[in-house]
Amino acid sequence: MLGAVLFAIGAVGVFTQRNALIIYMCIELMLNAVNLTIIAFSHFLNNMDGHVFVFMVMTVAAAEAAVGLAIIISIFRNKATVSVDDFNLSKG
Amino acid sequence: MFYILGFGAVVSALLMVTNKKPVSAAMSLVVTMFCLAGLFALLNAHLIAALQIIVYAGAIMVLFLFVIMLLNIQEKEGRVAGHIVLLQFVAIAIVGSLLVIMVNQFKMDGSLIASGQEASQFGTTKALGKILFIKYLLPFEIASVLLLAAIVGAVILAKRRIDDSE
Repeated sequence: MLGAVLFAIGAVGVFTQRNALIIYMCIELMLNAVNLTIIAFSHFLNNMDGHVFVFMVMTVAAAEAAVGLAIIISIFRNKATVSVDDFNLSKG
Repeated sequence: MFYILGFGAVVSALLMVTNKKPVSAAMSLVVTMFCLAGLFALLNAHLIAALQIIVYAGAIMVLFLFVIMLLNIQEKEGRVAGHIVLLQFVAIAIVGSLLVIMVNQFKMDGSLIASGQEASQFGTTKALGKILFIKYLLPFEIASVLLLAAIVGAVILAKRRIDDSE
């Protein structure tokens, strides 16, 4: 339940915020909500495989944060903004 | 304890989402991470709770704050720096008080855990290590390769930026 609530808050943040940094934080929040749900199931099913999975999710989250922030810095240097409204680099 | 931590996590998450200032949002995210770490500890996942604090509240949030400060300083270079200093004081005060609260909570958690710890090995570092290095050895190695790839990718992205500016 709590995991779902946190995931919903994170998803709302992703869609409502215009600041790329806060969007990254919301993604982290969503990943953590999933972690909480996995840990809760792992606890109630008395099965420790979920802990390994959470470990992997944390690894991926750390990697994603590092690369994402590097991308943000790179874009900021080029465009001098962190608002996603101004990001249209994917246009050919 | 569950309701306190859950309420704290939800409230700070809402604060983070509704906040316009990245630094305040990051601080709220730290509060959320600490609350989630407490919840993990309540769910007998002690190693994951410790990892949560070290990796998220430590490493990732330092990374976030570093980037925020880097971008903000360039963004608001012409303005008065007074409110930034005030913000830093507020952030330090929040983190300090949080640390005190968390230490107290972990003391209480310790008393709670000590009563039921002998019953099972569930959630201990030893049990997780056994699973991680025997049953899930290949995903573990793949995760290390992923981290290496992330490091290389981040360095290349940052390096290309410097080359462009020169």
